[in-house]
Amino acid sequence: MDYLISLLPLQEAKVRIERNRNVEILVEDEGSFLMTLFFLKNHTFFRFQFLNEETCVDFLKEKERFRIYAVLTSLERREKVILSAPSKGKLVHQFPSLITFFQSSNWLEREIWDLFGIYFLGHPDLRRILTDYGFEGFPLRKDFPVVGYVEVRYDEFYKSLVYEPIELTQELREFKFSNPWVF
Amino acid sequence: MNFGPQHPAAHGVLRLVIELEGEIIKKADPHIGLLHRGTEKLMEGRTYLQNLPYFDRLDYVSMMTQEHLYSLAIEELTKTTVPWRAKYIRILFSELTRILNHLLALTTHALDVGALTPFLWGFEEREKIMEFYERVSGARMHAAYVRPGGVSFDLPVGLLEDIHTFGVQFRERIGEIEELLKGNRIWRQRLIHVGSLSVEDAIAYSFSGVMVRGSGLAWDLRKAFPYDGYETFFFQVPIGEKGDCYDRFLVRLEELKQSLWIVNQVLERIERGPIRVEDYKLTPPSRSQMKFSMESLINHFKLYTEGFHLLRGEIYTMIEAPKGEFGVFLVSDGTNKPYRCKIRSPGFFHLQGLNMMSKNHYLADLVTIIGTQDIVFGEIDR
Repeated sequence: MDYLISLLPLQEAKVRIERNRNVEILVEDEGSFLMTLFFLKNHTFFRFQFLNEETCVDFLKEKERFRIYAVLTSLERREKVILSAPSKGKLVHQFPSLITFFQSSNWLEREIWDLFGIYFLGHPDLRRILTDYGFEGFPLRKDFPVVGYVEVRYDEFYKSLVYEPIELTQELREFKFSNPWVF
Repeated sequence: MNFGPQHPAAHGVLRLVIELEGEIIKKADPHIGLLHRGTEKLMEGRTYLQNLPYFDRLDYVSMMTQEHLYSLAIEELTKTTVPWRAKYIRILFSELTRILNHLLALTTHALDVGALTPFLWGFEEREKIMEFYERVSGARMHAAYVRPGGVSFDLPVGLLEDIHTFGVQFRERIGEIEELLKGNRIWRQRLIHVGSLSVEDAIAYSFSGVMVRGSGLAWDLRKAFPYDGYETFFFQVPIGEKGDCYDRFLVRLEELKQSLWIVNQVLERIERGPIRVEDYKLTPPSRSQMKFSMESLINHFKLYTEGFHLLRGEIYTMIEAPKGEFGVFLVSDGTNKPYRCKIRSPGFFHLQGLNMMSKNHYLADLVTIIGTQDIVFGEIDR
């Protein structure tokens, strides 16, 4: 894997490589993400052809809020690598779709769009996937409450489902474990 | 045409919107999410140990493999090495779980295609395996038995002999199911050349487990990325030739025998010893210790209220679950709760490929393809 890292088509300033557990390549913009991905997938010696996972993490407190992670496996070399880049954008966070590289990223990106609201440029079919039909909001963002905003019930009068603002008889309990005696 | 979500052949709550031309499927668009429980969101608000039972409930026919995965991820983050007895117990139950899952997969597949008998026979055996679950953990299905740092209880007396007795008679049961289905004319007509899948497609759609092995690629994470001492066991990875549903049926059948072989190897090797690491930040001290040692009592209390803190970092761990590659992407920010936990379920990817696999097949073959993909909605919708 050291050989792989020495070959990466990136300038040193743009990449941060962590090698404690998995090999992790953290790049800083979309262009070098796609370039690295293309390189990893098509280099004859490595051929990371298998997309294990594509996901997003919401780092609410950091400047670049969302990071996209892609986990790739090389079936020949039996190596795995994590590639990551932040998602840019002011109002709408966006990221290039990996559909041209991997067919399987289709639903993964639909899921990220559904749960995080990251718009994938070039995606053929960007619909919601896991949440309800007509759901609003992006539930896995850190500023979305766990209980959500609406609750659903069947109404006998209207003979249909009705959506109402959520009412909790007991407030959601959150336990804080910070120890007040440790300074 | 709409198919499901309440259809007995949909294996749960699958809704399919199908475009047909006569009886030929032109496009199948799966609508998932009807069993979405927001596991990943719920996990962010709970400690690492409280999150463990959620993993049972993902794929509710192969429970312990998923606990195993979650425990492995935490052990990798904390750099813990598990004692050998715990590893053997984990492998023993992983393989029993594989039998459990494949019995359900094979026999409900047969039920969908029209053979009721293997279903009744297979569920009799599943009941026996669930009894082993119950004896070891107290719960038939959602065991929460494999914990970070080891397993929660030691094996009860006499369990290993009973598993051995089960294995001896189970070999005959496999033979019966095999005899009933393998040469059956209806079964062969419904499965051969249905849902053929090439290796290239399987890799492009990130298929794993039986789906990729049935197409002829010997890719098994127990061999490729061995975990918990799988590298010391002898077993073979069966592969198919043509990649149709019948090949995958044969692969599953062979995996039953291989799993039974691994179970027998464990029974030969297992020795007495500790069942979890002696790190009281990660595992609870024994009850008898707590009666005498104040320190142990404090450790126990802190473990079950505050939980343990992990080092900052991201990790992707995967195991060979019965359905395929089951993975977890865990991001820790140094507190006692996971910052983000993404669960990679094999069924999600398999269902994604349903459109590709069922194109230009008859509507009746769609049921065969859903059956061969071994879909369980608990893991797909999470």
